[in-house]
Amino acid sequence: MDATATTMEGVSKTPDVPVFYLEEEHAHAEGGSTMLGFWIYLMSDCLIFACLFATYGVLGGSYAAGPSPKDLFDLPLVAVNTAMLLLSSITYGFAVLAMDKGRVGQTQAWLAVTAVFGAAFIGLELHEFAHMIQEGATPQRSAFLSAFFTLVGTHGLHVTCGLIWLGTLMVQVARRGLIEANKRRLMCLSMFWHFLDVVWIGVFTFVYLMGVLR
Amino acid sequence: MNRIRTFALLPFIVLLSGCNAVVLHPSGDVAVQQRDLVIISTILMLLIIVPVMALTVFFAWRYRHTNTSATYEPDWDHSTHLELIIWSAPLLIIICLGALTWMATHLLDPFRPIGRTAPGQVVEHGTKTLKVNVVALDWKWLFIYPDYGIATVNELAAPVDEPIDFQITSSSVMNSFFVPALAGQVYAMPGMQTKLHAVINKPGVYEGISANYSGAGFSGMHFKFHGLSAGDFDKWVAEVKSGTDKLSREKYLQLEKPSENVPVIKFGAVDAGLYKAILNMCVEPGKMCMNEMSAIDAKGGLGLAGIRNVLPLEYDKYARRGSTVLGPKKTPVASICTKTNPEGVNVEKTPPKPVKAMPVLGAGLPQPGLSNQSPASQRPSNS
Amino acid sequence: MFNNPDLLKAIFGRLTLESLPFHEPILVVTFLAVALGGAAVVGAITYYRLWSYLWREWFTSVDHKRIGVMYIVLGLVMLLRGFSDALMMRLQQAVAFNGSEGYLPAHHYDQIFTAHGVIMIFFVAMPLVTGLMNYVVPLQIGARDVAFPFLNNFSFWMTAAGAVLVMMSLFVGEFARTGWLAYPPLSNIGYSPDVGVDYYIWSLQIAGIGTLLSGVNLVATIVKMRAPGMTMMKMPVFTWTALCTNVLIVAAFPVLTAVLAMLSLDRYVGTDFFTNDFGGSPMMYVNLIWIWGHPEVYILVLPAFGVFSEVTSTFSGKRLFGYTSMVYATVVITILSYLVWLHHFFTMGSGASVNSFFGITTMIISIPTGAKLFNWLFTMYHGRIRYELPMMWTVAFMLTFVLGGMTGVLLAVPPADFVLHNSLFLIAHFHNVIIGGVVFGAFAGIAYWFPKVTGFKLDPFWGKLSFWFWVSGFYFAFMPLYVLGFMGVTRRLRVFHDPSLQIWFVIAGFGAFLILLGILAFLVQIVVSIRNREALRDVTGDPWNARTLEWSTSSPPPPYNFAFTPVIHDNDAWWDMKKRGYERPLGGFNPIHMPKNTAAGIILAGISVVFGFAMIWYIWWLAALSFVALIATTIGHTFNYNRDFYIPVDEVVHCERARTQLLSGQA
Repeated sequence: MDATATTMEGVSKTPDVPVFYLEEEHAHAEGGSTMLGFWIYLMSDCLIFACLFATYGVLGGSYAAGPSPKDLFDLPLVAVNTAMLLLSSITYGFAVLAMDKGRVGQTQAWLAVTAVFGAAFIGLELHEFAHMIQEGATPQRSAFLSAFFTLVGTHGLHVTCGLIWLGTLMVQVARRGLIEANKRRLMCLSMFWHFLDVVWIGVFTFVYLMGVLR
Repeated sequence: MNRIRTFALLPFIVLLSGCNAVVLHPSGDVAVQQRDLVIISTILMLLIIVPVMALTVFFAWRYRHTNTSATYEPDWDHSTHLELIIWSAPLLIIICLGALTWMATHLLDPFRPIGRTAPGQVVEHGTKTLKVNVVALDWKWLFIYPDYGIATVNELAAPVDEPIDFQITSSSVMNSFFVPALAGQVYAMPGMQTKLHAVINKPGVYEGISANYSGAGFSGMHFKFHGLSAGDFDKWVAEVKSGTDKLSREKYLQLEKPSENVPVIKFGAVDAGLYKAILNMCVEPGKMCMNEMSAIDAKGGLGLAGIRNVLPLEYDKYARRGSTVLGPKKTPVASICTKTNPEGVNVEKTPPKPVKAMPVLGAGLPQPGLSNQSPASQRPSNS
Repeated sequence: MFNNPDLLKAIFGRLTLESLPFHEPILVVTFLAVALGGAAVVGAITYYRLWSYLWREWFTSVDHKRIGVMYIVLGLVMLLRGFSDALMMRLQQAVAFNGSEGYLPAHHYDQIFTAHGVIMIFFVAMPLVTGLMNYVVPLQIGARDVAFPFLNNFSFWMTAAGAVLVMMSLFVGEFARTGWLAYPPLSNIGYSPDVGVDYYIWSLQIAGIGTLLSGVNLVATIVKMRAPGMTMMKMPVFTWTALCTNVLIVAAFPVLTAVLAMLSLDRYVGTDFFTNDFGGSPMMYVNLIWIWGHPEVYILVLPAFGVFSEVTSTFSGKRLFGYTSMVYATVVITILSYLVWLHHFFTMGSGASVNSFFGITTMIISIPTGAKLFNWLFTMYHGRIRYELPMMWTVAFMLTFVLGGMTGVLLAVPPADFVLHNSLFLIAHFHNVIIGGVVFGAFAGIAYWFPKVTGFKLDPFWGKLSFWFWVSGFYFAFMPLYVLGFMGVTRRLRVFHDPSLQIWFVIAGFGAFLILLGILAFLVQIVVSIRNREALRDVTGDPWNARTLEWSTSSPPPPYNFAFTPVIHDNDAWWDMKKRGYERPLGGFNPIHMPKNTAAGIILAGISVVFGFAMIWYIWWLAALSFVALIATTIGHTFNYNRDFYIPVDEVVHCERARTQLLSGQA
């Protein structure tokens, strides 16, 4: 470039004319905003859950002369279920540790364990739902049950999406290894997974524990 | 005070000369107070709005590009004094307006019995009050006078200078009960009761409307409100009473069906428990009343035993009431609606499991230990 | 085989030949007009062989500038639809007197006012402000693009997909007959068993995904991608309002998503959220929808405030008065907008204390808003105001908006609201703030940034004509509604029985006609400007002697916006550069890292339309199929790692040299 020299003159470094542009390409690190963006998305998702919690708070006592939490919830089962999800969060944590060390095989293994725990969680939840519906406690039965199924079901749907995402990522890690893009994706899913864990703690406390103990 | 009011009204009078601005010339004391509030708030705000508009025009003219004689200060962008003024001037006005709002909102709360029937006319304890139960139907208004045992459709009458206590509900969707000359509006909502206390001071015929869109026949959902002298009101009651038509529950269920531009109907007698039943959505035989359901729910529901007992609870979930054109046929079996079966027709292969032997709940059957419940909801809650 | 009703139902759901409104002559004529117009457009594009250009350079573009322009085009097209609805309503209300039923049956009229509200808010105002933010914000903060360029394209197409569904409802089936917020129980399956409310739900849900993601995108962009030196308190005011608006979007739209999801569960599955029976609570819907609905008002108006700030300071030739208090006012409005939702239904019977709390918080919002107005006023003070089109819109806004603000505060006094709620006074109020604020702001913004987008100014004659028709039309159309509100006339009425009202409706109809002329003049203005573009050409990139960074680059800006990342020293960055002797760099260019175009956005949005349509018509097999396709395409898209490229340095040099020649030719 013959024009280079003129540029150097163009940006004079005298104190009264300040620097008005960067000469080097000021590349924002690729995906540098991804974590922030995903976090903002998670917060908006959190608001959806907040709405559903609020709805449950309003309608949670409207049994429509039907069953109440005491009649329906099987706390030991839900406790096992909660343990599944909490364990899956821990194993995801191990996966991230392995990822940081760059160990593909170990990462994949922990991801697989996470998926198994997640699937167990979904399985138990579906079993619980099926049991309730069989008894006649359907989402159509009362406002309480509508709010219950929607809140817990939305969480379950999120976990299901997380499982599909997890599977996709495992394929991608297998094909391309722990490249920067895949690491970023794993970190996003990590945030998502732990977020769902936190939401579930809310569900377990406000819906199940307080429902049965109330 | 009167002179100030006249002066304040002047711009409106000029603006509205020749038309009937009922909100600004109401005939009921509550609406008069609300009108005064509209005017006082407007004047308070004009204190700041008028200077702002004048300044806008002035600055826009004065500092136009072609006027080179005006001062030009391209870098002037801050003045602590001005900033203080531009934040505190609106603040002061809002403080005044806020105080006014707080007082007026409590004073003119439609749920609160009125304290006066006219300026200086205090309502003594035990003053005779006209009770009217208002029901918004598709698309007409039903007025029940519990103390007289009469009811009218699309015609309302009240004696002048006597407090009126409206209890308002709806049979299907949300409406808003509004007689602009009498008092502000309040929503009418199914399964809930709202209240309005008001008084009419001048005899006359006034317009009443629904002020919340409620479907196809909404435009025709208006009625005449008659402010009558005490004697005329008694005559009106007697005339309605002389009618042979009785508003029974069956008649109500007929009346409730959607209809448009309904003429005035008068009922000389009314089923005594009708309004309570309408409010609790249990006019139809075999339905569980809302207050009964709420009381059961407050005690923790009926457990698994009550799980399939859905027919008594069904009101209008699957179809508009009183219409069989669009909705499904009534099924004798309690049903569950699914995606593939939105009409909720029972498709279960096996019949519903028998419910445990419990007292059958539902229409009119007293539940042991659950007597004297309050109506479904005295004041709708917004939580 | 085709006589088997069960089979037909399985294939077509509830879609039958009767769903097509052949029996409504108005709709048939509209359909023919739209079909002919559409055919003409498609024909012209085909004739001029523009499809591949459009597809390559626009539809699949991830360039925030292109996407911004597409948003604005979408908003303007939908404005024509929404305004036709308004004209039809005005005509109906002007003639339906003295026993006449007018020319619209309830079934049609009720759809029209619902569609008018939905379209004007979601598919006119939202795309217009989103388009302006998309175009301007990255330029103002010295960025090459938004944080997530693909997401930006996807967001646009989801918004467009929602608009497509709404337009479809005109000719296939019907739209909701519930009012624009679809309060249950009226919107529940028992009272609205037809497809109208389903069209409403799915178009808003699909467009809502787009809006939410574009909100996430712009927040991340503004927080992360500002040029070096641009601290938060050095951001241009438009960027500040954009930031607050997008924070509001992220915090409000999930509520809409949740509440509409619950309504659709009620309608599709038979749950009991908002039913009268089985313990549901319709009041909860009203609360939730307004928890979204009130912030939505500020989502629309804040960017307009930003436009007015930029315009006032540019055309007054002055720094903006009270930048800091302007920023704080914006932030305070953002926060307070969450504490006022109940003022939309004082008449529901909450207690006096609750009502007065929400009334007073509403009034408090007028304090920062008033401060903003004073700031614009004192920006004009001691200025040199050039009355170009954007500034004319701004002065008209200032005069109009204070009126709307005043009537708004009046409605915030609960007892006053009891007599004015749902009346035409309310209609006049919110059109006063939305037209006077958002629409005037959008037109000011379009006129202001048009030369940046195209490289030539808008024709001033037709622009001024349009301006005067709009402003006078607004006053003719809505002042009578204030009067009618005082006469106790409520909204959404189809026929009237009091003949003394008619004159006011006729005046309002005349006003709507003037606005029609204003819209036509605006369209003529665009055509005339394109034809006279050489005469209106601006080669400097800074036609208004403006102050912020977007005017430092060429018009139209190169794909990479800035050859070198700018460094900021002042909140009027470009003004500062001009004042302190900035010289444009002429060499030393580097290759520039840019995102690649992708078709994934438009494909996903297309599948979403199919999915929405299938759900609306209960075509379950198609819904399942399109849903699976949606997931599969999304997953497939994630396997594409090849998403960016470098603009070679030769191209940058070429671009910049062309600009140098332009600038020197000018000198």
